[in-house]
Amino acid sequence: MTELTFIVNKKEYTLKINPDEMLSDVLRYRLKLTGTKISCGEAECGVCTVLVDGEPILSCNYPALKAQGKHVTTIEGLADGEELHPVQEAFIKHGAVQCGFCTSGQIITAAALLNDKADPTDKDIAYALNDTLCRCGTYPMITNAIHAAADKINLGAPIEYPSFDFGGGYDIVGQVVPRPEARKKVTGEAIYTDDISFPDMLHGVTLRAQVPHGRVKSLEIAKARDLPGVQAVLTAEDIPGRVNHGLIIQDWPALVGVGEKVRYVGDAIAIVAADTLNIARQALDLIEVEIEPLPTVTNPVEARKEGAPLVHESGNLLKHIKVDKGDIEKGFKEAEVIFEDTYYTPIFEHAFMEPECSIARLLEDGQVEVYVGSQIPYADRDQVAEALGVPYDKVRVKGPLIGGGFGGKEDIAGQIHAALLASATGKPVKVLYDRHESLLVHPKRHATQITVKLGFKKDGTLVAAQTELYGDTGAYASLGAKVMGRATTHSTGPYIVPNVKIDCYAMYTNNPPAGAFRGFGAFQAAFAIENLMDQVAEELEVDPIELRRMNALREGSITNTGQHLRNSVGLVECIDKTAQAVLEFTDGQDPFLSRTVPGEPNKRRSWGFAVTFKNTGLGEGAPDNAAAEIEILEDGRVETRISSAEIGQGLVTVLQMITAEELKLPLEQVNIYLSDTDLTPDGGPTTGSRQTYISGNAARFAAITLRNSMLSTLSEKFNLPPDEIVLEQGVVKVNGKILTFAEVGDLMKEEGREPKLVYEYKSPQTTPLGEPGDKHFAYSFAAQAMEVEVDLDTGEVRIVRAVGATDVGKAINPLGLQGQAEGGLIMGIGHALTEEFIVEDGKVFTDYLSRYRMPSIHHVPDEIKVIIVEDPTSDGPYGGKGVGEISTMPVPPAIVNAIYNACGVRLNRIPVDQDWLAGEIAKQGR
Amino acid sequence: MNLFQEYLQPKSIQDALKDLSSATGSVAVVAGGTDLLLELRQGRHPAVDWLVDVSGIESIRKITMEGDQIYLGAGVTHKQIISSPLLYENARCVVEGCGLIGGPQVRNVATIGGNVAHALPAGDGTISLLSLDTEVQLTTSEGSSWGPLIDIFTGPGKVNFDRTQTLITGFRFQRKGEREGSAFHRVMRPQGVAIAILNMAAWLKTGPDGEIERARISCGPAGPKPFRAYQTEEFLAGKTWDDETYREAARVLGDEVSLRTSAHRATKEYRHKLLPVLLENVIEIALQRANL
Repeated sequence: MTELTFIVNKKEYTLKINPDEMLSDVLRYRLKLTGTKISCGEAECGVCTVLVDGEPILSCNYPALKAQGKHVTTIEGLADGEELHPVQEAFIKHGAVQCGFCTSGQIITAAALLNDKADPTDKDIAYALNDTLCRCGTYPMITNAIHAAADKINLGAPIEYPSFDFGGGYDIVGQVVPRPEARKKVTGEAIYTDDISFPDMLHGVTLRAQVPHGRVKSLEIAKARDLPGVQAVLTAEDIPGRVNHGLIIQDWPALVGVGEKVRYVGDAIAIVAADTLNIARQALDLIEVEIEPLPTVTNPVEARKEGAPLVHESGNLLKHIKVDKGDIEKGFKEAEVIFEDTYYTPIFEHAFMEPECSIARLLEDGQVEVYVGSQIPYADRDQVAEALGVPYDKVRVKGPLIGGGFGGKEDIAGQIHAALLASATGKPVKVLYDRHESLLVHPKRHATQITVKLGFKKDGTLVAAQTELYGDTGAYASLGAKVMGRATTHSTGPYIVPNVKIDCYAMYTNNPPAGAFRGFGAFQAAFAIENLMDQVAEELEVDPIELRRMNALREGSITNTGQHLRNSVGLVECIDKTAQAVLEFTDGQDPFLSRTVPGEPNKRRSWGFAVTFKNTGLGEGAPDNAAAEIEILEDGRVETRISSAEIGQGLVTVLQMITAEELKLPLEQVNIYLSDTDLTPDGGPTTGSRQTYISGNAARFAAITLRNSMLSTLSEKFNLPPDEIVLEQGVVKVNGKILTFAEVGDLMKEEGREPKLVYEYKSPQTTPLGEPGDKHFAYSFAAQAMEVEVDLDTGEVRIVRAVGATDVGKAINPLGLQGQAEGGLIMGIGHALTEEFIVEDGKVFTDYLSRYRMPSIHHVPDEIKVIIVEDPTSDGPYGGKGVGEISTMPVPPAIVNAIYNACGVRLNRIPVDQDWLAGEIAKQGR
Repeated sequence: MNLFQEYLQPKSIQDALKDLSSATGSVAVVAGGTDLLLELRQGRHPAVDWLVDVSGIESIRKITMEGDQIYLGAGVTHKQIISSPLLYENARCVVEGCGLIGGPQVRNVATIGGNVAHALPAGDGTISLLSLDTEVQLTTSEGSSWGPLIDIFTGPGKVNFDRTQTLITGFRFQRKGEREGSAFHRVMRPQGVAIAILNMAAWLKTGPDGEIERARISCGPAGPKPFRAYQTEEFLAGKTWDDETYREAARVLGDEVSLRTSAHRATKEYRHKLLPVLLENVIEIALQRANL
C-alpha cells in the first residue's frame, strides 16, 4: 500500500491505496464519488473523464498515484452549491441527457472546453468531444447545450428550452419539459447498479468457456476454493433449481456442467465470489477445465443444411416462420418485371454505455434482493427464482437507473450468478462485467441473409413479393423467434402487396446469442427491401419517392399479413414531407443526381431515400398488458408505480407528464417509481417501442380512475355533482373551497377508501400469424433521406445532411422525442458506416470497444431535420404510438441508396466497406 | 496479482535512470500510459514489478528553439504540441499528426516520446517526425547521444536499445527555412481500431521557380518499421510538380514500400490505392505552405 494525498473537489484526502489502482477506482470505490462512471475501462469512450489540474483526462487509465498532490475535479465538484454550472443546466434544458451514463464525462469535457475557448464553434465542440462517446446519440443536443452554456457564461443570456413545431395540445402532454431525473444525472448523484455497495460485499466473477462448441470433460475447482479470500466457487451442480434460463424457451444454462455442452464462447462454467475482485480473478485462473472441442456451425444458412453440426439436440432450426397472402405464382405471372437480390446484415452490438451489473443479497426473512438495470424486471425475478428453486415472491428485483439498453438488457446476464453466490455465502455479491465480458456474453443483433423478389407492373405497381430470410440466433433462443418473426412480417416493406410468400428460418449457430435490438428484425428487413426498391425505381424509370408513395400502405390498406389498417397510417404524409424538405435543401433540383463538390474534384454527393414501418408492442397474439399503481402520498404528491424500464428513452418523463395531465398537477407534484417487483406492478418488457403506449395507457387510466375515485368521495362529501368539482393547478376546487391533494387523500381514508389503486391495462387483442385478425394494434411509419459524400479515391463516406419524418401518432414528450429521433438516426449511421461485430469461427474478434466503433460526434451530419407527423392511433394514449426503434431503421438503406446515386456502386451489405467500395469505384474507370 | 508493485515518479532524468538501474525484478518506463497501461491491464504486456513514470520530468517537457534547431522534449504531450505556435510555424506536419490522435483527454497525457518508443510502423507522431529528418536523443546512465530517429527502429514495436535502461529524452530538427513546408495526412477505417490504414508526411523545399528542390516523405505502415521513402525523395528532387511527376513519383513510391493485407483493417490493394492519394495530398499542401 502506498499513500496518496490529493485534493478532490477542493477537499484534501490522504488515502492508503495499492500502487496499481486507477484514479477512477479510487474516486468511485474509496471516496464513493460515483458520479464518475466506468464504461469501457480501456480509454476509448471518455465516460470516466475528470479534470486533473484543470485538464480533462481519462481516469480509468490514469494511475491514481499520478494525481499525487494535484487537484482533481469530478462531476460532483462542478456545481457551485445548489447553483448548477451553466453546462449542467444547459444539458438538462436541451435534452442532452438520456440514459445519463456518459453525461458526467460529456459535461466535464465540455466545461474544460469552455475554459479553453469561451465561444466554441461546432467544429471546436466536435474536436473536443471527439472521443467522448454517447450511445444514445445525444450529440446534436450536446452541441446545442454547449452553445447555450457559452452564451450564458459570456453574455449572461438565460438558458431557454428549445421549441419544436410538433406536440402541444394539452396542459402538459405535448409540452417541452425536462426529465425528472436529469438534475441527478448532471450532478453525478444518479445511482446506477455499480454505484451501490453494501458492507462485506463480495465480488463475483465468471469463468467463460472461450470455446465456441465443445463438451466439458472435467472441471477441477479445489485450488480456486482454497485460495485465501475466496468465499465460494460454484458450478452447475450447485444450482438448486432450474439450470436453464431463457425468456421464451429455456435453453440457456446458467452454468454448463461436466458432461454438458458449451455452445458459444461466452458460456459460463463456474462462478467465484471473493473478498476482492483481484482475488476472485486469481481464483478463476486456478480453475482447471477441460473442454473437448466439437465442430462448429457459425452461419445460419450452413446451419440449415443436412449434416451440419447440431447446436442443440433438437436441431438447429429455432423456428420456420411463414407468411402467405394471395397467390404468389399468379402474382409473379401478372408481373411485367421481376427483380431479385440478396442482402446481408452483420451482427451488431448494443454497446450500451453501462456494462451489465447485478448485486444480490439475502434479506433477514430469506428473500433474495437483486439490484439490476433490467429491461424486464419481472422476467428477471422469475428466472432468478426458478434457478434458486424458490417461489417468485422470495426474490425481489429492484432497478436502479440504467445506462442504456437498446434491447441488450432483456436477457439474464449476471442476475442468476449473483443470486447463487449470495445464497451460497450469505453475503451481498456484486457481479460487474467489464466491457470485454459484456461484448463476449450478451445477445446481439441477428445477422441476416435476406433474399427479396419483387414483381411489378411497368407503371410501378407492386403485385407480388417473395422473401426468404435466414437469421443467426446464435447459441441460444433468447427472443430469436420473435425477432425473426418481425423480420418476416416487415420484409415486404410498408407496401400494399396483393400476393406474398415469405419463408424465414431462425437458426441456431455457435455464435454469441442474438436477441432484441432496436428495430428487432424489422431493421434488417428494411435494409433489404428498401435497397431493392431503389433498384426497381431505376430500372422502371420511376422516381424512387414516387414508387414508394404509389405502393405505400394507407388508411384502409390490407397488410401482407391480412391486417386491415383502420387508422393512423401516416406513411404518405411522411413521404411527402420528407420529399418536400429534401427539395428545399436542393433548391428544387433532383436530389438523386450525383453532384460534384466545389474545390474537391474527387468527391461526389447525392441523396438517398428509404421508408419503413414498425409495429408498436409485442403483437402476434402475445398478451400485451401493464399494470400501474397510483397513490396520493401523505405530503400531497401523487406517485405512480410500475415495473417498466427507463433506459434513457424518457419513460419516466412520459409517465410523469401523463399522470400530471390527468390530475392537473404540476410536474414536481408527481413522483414516478419504477422497477421494484415487490412494490411496482408489472409493466411488461421494455421492448417493441411499447412503453409509451402500454405503460403510458396504464398510468393514464390509473390516474383517470384515481380522479374518478377522488370525485366520487368529494361529490358525496360535499353533495355536489362530480362535474362541479374542478382539478386545477395541483389542487381541487369544491364549492369555492380549495383542497390540497393531501386533504383529499385524508377525506378518502376517512371514508374507508384507499387513496391508492392499481389499474391493469390490457391492450387491444392481436392474433398469431396465420390466423385472421390484427397482428399488431399500431404501427409507426417513417421516411428518411440522407445526403452522402463519397470520396471516389478512398471510398470514404461522410453523411452531409439528413432529413426524416416519423409518424408517432402524438408527440407526448417533444424533447424526448427529438432525442429519440436524432439518437436513433445516429445509431443508424453507426450501423451503416462504423459498426461491425466480428466473429470468426465462433470466436469474437471485436472483444474490446477499441475494435467496435460506435459513432462519435464526428459522424453527426452537418444538419439534421426532424419532422414529426402526428396521425393519432385510436387506442394509444392521446393517440401516441411507439418511436424508440423506428428512427434507426430507414437510415442504412437510405445511406446505401445515396452512395449508389453518388458513385454508381450498389451495396448489398452493411457496414460500408470503404476498401471494397473504392475498388468498385475504380472498376468503373476512375 | 497487481499490474505493478511500485509506481515511481522521478522528477529528473538522473533519478529516473537511477530508479531503472536499481529496480528489483522487471521494470518498464511509462509516460502518458495510454498504450502501456492498457496493454498491462489487458494482459498483452506481462505484469511488471516497477513502473517508472517519466511524465513528471520537467526538463523533457519543453519545446524550444536553439539556434537553427527546434528541440522537442520526449515528455511533451500531444496537447502541448498542438498548442505550440513554434511547432505550428516550424513543424506543421507534427502538429497535424499529433492533432489527429485521440480526444483532449488522451492528448493531455500522451507524449511524443511514448508514441515514438512504441515503435508502431504507423504511429502518427513518429511518421510526421521522420519527414523532418528528426534526430533522437537517447540517455543512459553513461550519458546522452543524438542520432537519426529512423535508425532506432528494428521491427514492429521494436527498437535498437534496451527500453528498461535507456530513455528517449528528446528530439530535434531544423527549424523551417525559406520556401519550406510540411504536411501530414492519413486514412482511417471507420470500423475497428484507431490506427491509420495508411498515413504519410511530407517535407519539401522549393526552388526559385517553384520546383521541388528537396523532399522528404515518410509513411506507414509500409513495412515492419516506420518508413522513409528515400527513392521517392530522390526522384522528386529537382522536379516540377505536375501530372507526370505525380504519376512517376507514385510509381516509385509504390515500388519501394512494402504494403500488406491486415485482417479487418485493409487489403494490400487498397493500401496501394491510397498511396498516390496521400502522396498527392501531402505534397500539394506542403508545396502551398512552402510557397507562402
